[in-house]
Amino acid sequence: MGDYATPSRGLFRSAAIGLVAASAFGSLAAAEELTIATVNNSDMIVMQKLSPQWEAATGHTLNWVVLEENVLRQRVTTDIATNGGQFDIITIGAYEAPIWGAAGWLKQLDDLGEGYDYDDIYESVRNGLSANGNLYAVPFYAESSFTFYRKDLFEAAGIEMPDQITYAQLAEYAKKLHDPDNGVYGTCQRGKAGWGENMAFVGPMVNTFGGRWFDMDWNPQLDTQPWKDAVNYYVDLMNSYGPPGASSNGHNENRALFADGKCATWVDATSAAGFIYNPNESTVADKTDFTAAPINVTDKGAGWFWAWALAIPNSSGKEAAAKSFLEWSTSKDYVKLVGETEGWVAAPPGTRMSTYANEMYVSAAPFAQTVEASILAANPADATLEPVPYTGVQFVAIPEFQGIGTYVGNQISAALAGTISVDEALANSQSFAVREMTKAGYIK
Amino acid sequence: MARAVPARRKMLTTILGWGVGLTIFFPILWTFLTGFKTEAEAIASPPSFLLFDWTLSAYDAVNQRTDYLKHFWNSVVISFGSTGLGLLIAVPAAWAMAFVPAKRTKDILMWMLSTKMLPPVGVLIPIYLIFRDAGLLDTRLGLVIVLTLINLPIIVWMLFTYFREIPVDILEAARMDGAELRSEILFVLVPMAVPGIASTLLLNVILAWNEAFWTLNLTAAKAAPLTAFIASFSSPEGLFYAKLSAASTMAIAPILIVGWFSQKQLVRGLTFGAVK
Amino acid sequence: MISPAVALLLCWMLVPLGLTLYFSFLRYNLLMPGMEQWTGWTNYYFFLTDPSFWDAIRNTLTLVIGVLIITIIGGVLLALLLDQEMWGRNIVRLLVIAPFFVMPTVSALVWKNMFMNPVNGLFAQLSGLLGLEPFDFFAHAPLSSIIAIVSWQWLPFATLILLTALQSLDREQLEASEMDGAGSINRLLFIVLPHLARAITVVILIQTIFLLSIFAEILVTTNGGPGTATTNLTFLVYAQSLLQFDVGGGSAGGVIAIVLANIVAIFLMRMIGRNLDA
Repeated sequence: MGDYATPSRGLFRSAAIGLVAASAFGSLAAAEELTIATVNNSDMIVMQKLSPQWEAATGHTLNWVVLEENVLRQRVTTDIATNGGQFDIITIGAYEAPIWGAAGWLKQLDDLGEGYDYDDIYESVRNGLSANGNLYAVPFYAESSFTFYRKDLFEAAGIEMPDQITYAQLAEYAKKLHDPDNGVYGTCQRGKAGWGENMAFVGPMVNTFGGRWFDMDWNPQLDTQPWKDAVNYYVDLMNSYGPPGASSNGHNENRALFADGKCATWVDATSAAGFIYNPNESTVADKTDFTAAPINVTDKGAGWFWAWALAIPNSSGKEAAAKSFLEWSTSKDYVKLVGETEGWVAAPPGTRMSTYANEMYVSAAPFAQTVEASILAANPADATLEPVPYTGVQFVAIPEFQGIGTYVGNQISAALAGTISVDEALANSQSFAVREMTKAGYIK
Repeated sequence: MARAVPARRKMLTTILGWGVGLTIFFPILWTFLTGFKTEAEAIASPPSFLLFDWTLSAYDAVNQRTDYLKHFWNSVVISFGSTGLGLLIAVPAAWAMAFVPAKRTKDILMWMLSTKMLPPVGVLIPIYLIFRDAGLLDTRLGLVIVLTLINLPIIVWMLFTYFREIPVDILEAARMDGAELRSEILFVLVPMAVPGIASTLLLNVILAWNEAFWTLNLTAAKAAPLTAFIASFSSPEGLFYAKLSAASTMAIAPILIVGWFSQKQLVRGLTFGAVK
Repeated sequence: MISPAVALLLCWMLVPLGLTLYFSFLRYNLLMPGMEQWTGWTNYYFFLTDPSFWDAIRNTLTLVIGVLIITIIGGVLLALLLDQEMWGRNIVRLLVIAPFFVMPTVSALVWKNMFMNPVNGLFAQLSGLLGLEPFDFFAHAPLSSIIAIVSWQWLPFATLILLTALQSLDREQLEASEMDGAGSINRLLFIVLPHLARAITVVILIQTIFLLSIFAEILVTTNGGPGTATTNLTFLVYAQSLLQFDVGGGSAGGVIAIVLANIVAIFLMRMIGRNLDA
């Protein structure tokens, strides 16, 4: 086993600046060099930018590995599953945390100190990152999904947004507002294949259409009527009123399109609201409004639940220093630090009640209440109309889901691009899922 | 070459040649230019070619987030290191294949080349486990070893085709004069094969510089070369064309400049025995 | 004397290969540690009966052959052009060979985002200016788009080798035939192309080796999709090993890929290998 514990040169720095952070740090004993892997989302980039303050206060140093979500996930999974020990801090999601925690790959994080205030973190978020009652990752930001829409365009077309939009209404409004000649598409939704991309939109949609991934005996249900209705609706909607190239647009692409004023409606992560409302990043900051995610036959599981969280692999030999960083970067004080240096609208959302109790944040972020309500409404333990043996809104919390979700996402993306029909896509998906579940021993 | 080419014809070929050359080069030029735009300018429609406010803001943003020099230096060490190690192993092997006739030489060569067609991801996990136990993960040495392994077939084959063209008589003459095997290779064979070795070296430095699978999967922070540097700009949130262009320019410029300057050596040797 | 060097070389190559072979007979999923067990041919069975397998074979061949055709025809034409007298020929040559030095990931990123993106890409903007619908390259012509990107990268390589070969052509023979009244088409067909045959063989061989395992371009642009439209064998093995984390299945795929590669290699040798001996 390679253990790279080397004394670092950062010691001298710790003497220099000591009063940056308000919280007390665990041990200042040895200065360590930590390797941190994270995803290249804007909130993480802010964290990277602010982290020298932590380095200065503790004397530890950070080596950053910043990667795109898919690459990051693959890279981190390979390392942690082989006990490779290349990372001291990793960024994982609500899908990985409970599975990896249960597998014994992560350090428990129940002891980050008095000042950390676990009770301030939303219970649903804490539960989503725990296994067997132990917390294995601390949330950096959490999100649900909801509907972004352009109030200027809605007003001009004389449409009033109802309290709870339905998928039928979404299609109707998209049709009215679709105006490609003037560079506005009726709706932008994720089409890029991936269980964390298009399936994050399709999954909750299937939930509200009354569908589910598996029945109580783990038999895949991908060729049932709710799936057919939902995917047909989705393909029709996107082909009629979506932007060109929808099948390669993921969250980031759609975010750029919406911020550039090219979409009338968009159902996506609540965490993107801060970006859309930021006039430095977005041309529609003052023209956007929001409402809950659309529903169809049921309102169960209509909005997804996701959190990006930080965790420490069991293979890391620098637990104390890594915990000190986790404590700093997910604390109340960090939220305040971002608010003061980057503007309150950019503060990491969705994790702490204190953020939403803060006048500064609420007045800077008009979407705060809607976001909070969406996150509280998302319930991974009860997200489908019919009973299921799994938890998760837009994912199924079993290790096999990554493979199945990736494949199904790919098939639906092909149906969207028109290379195969919706029925073919779902039939292929069903037989793939049956194969995988048989291989893994769920189906006897 | 012997005759003077009519001026009119030369004019036409010049226009055609420059037209084609600029078309092929255009994506690189466009990337270079976009790196000096603001993010908004980079997607502005209609696009502006040269008449925009040149700014270094994208380069600033890139440098703020990443340590370019560290990645650059890792790339240099890894690509030259793996090529050097590869040559050290390949020169004796290619010598043996070229001058000690054996029945199956050709088949062995062919088989070696075919291993290059193996999808690298098929051996990722075994290599990852070996590297973990040997402490080679995220080290430059580890990458040097792997890239040597990956490019060795090409190195051996290129050298083999050169060595084969060296008249055996000369080597035999040296042997008659009592030269030992090692000095035969070092003082007789190698000097004659310098152009070949030089272009093998160049080609492999380029291949290793651009290798993006192993360099990404076996490194984390310490040994990560420019391919990892690029990966962190691949699909971020918001507008990113200018930053992507700036980072791309920084990643390809060194090898492009080396390639341009050593173009003659590269071309001279780049025949794989194809030219008699 | 032959053995040490060559043997070292063979060992060097055999170790990872042997490990892959070993893993291919194991039930080994990274996400379920401690469950490894011998399963015989199961992994091979599942890989070969995977509905994507034949798509992957077809895509792999289309990709290789498509790029070969484009780069060889383009390479011959470019070599002929660069062989002509012109002002600034050295600079033109530098421009033409430049794409060869560009990292595959960079070139895929640049093409995908800055050129082929259907909203903000340069092609979309140009077609917008002309009043045309923007074309969505990666949805409607995914494999052709990848072939185009890869061809752009490999065209310089073909051009360089063919140009080197062209410059060794006997000028006097060419001039003599011109005196005899042979037209330029005839000269191309009967003197130039036969002379280039050997070089073309080399281009085919070397490029095939690299093109069979094209990966970065697909990962960056389409992720093998839509559906399986751009999944080649390498990408299928990748999906198996690092998206489903089924190491056993991925290893079996790797072994199958190398068997197929060897078949291609033998085929190549039979078809064109003679050219190399001459």
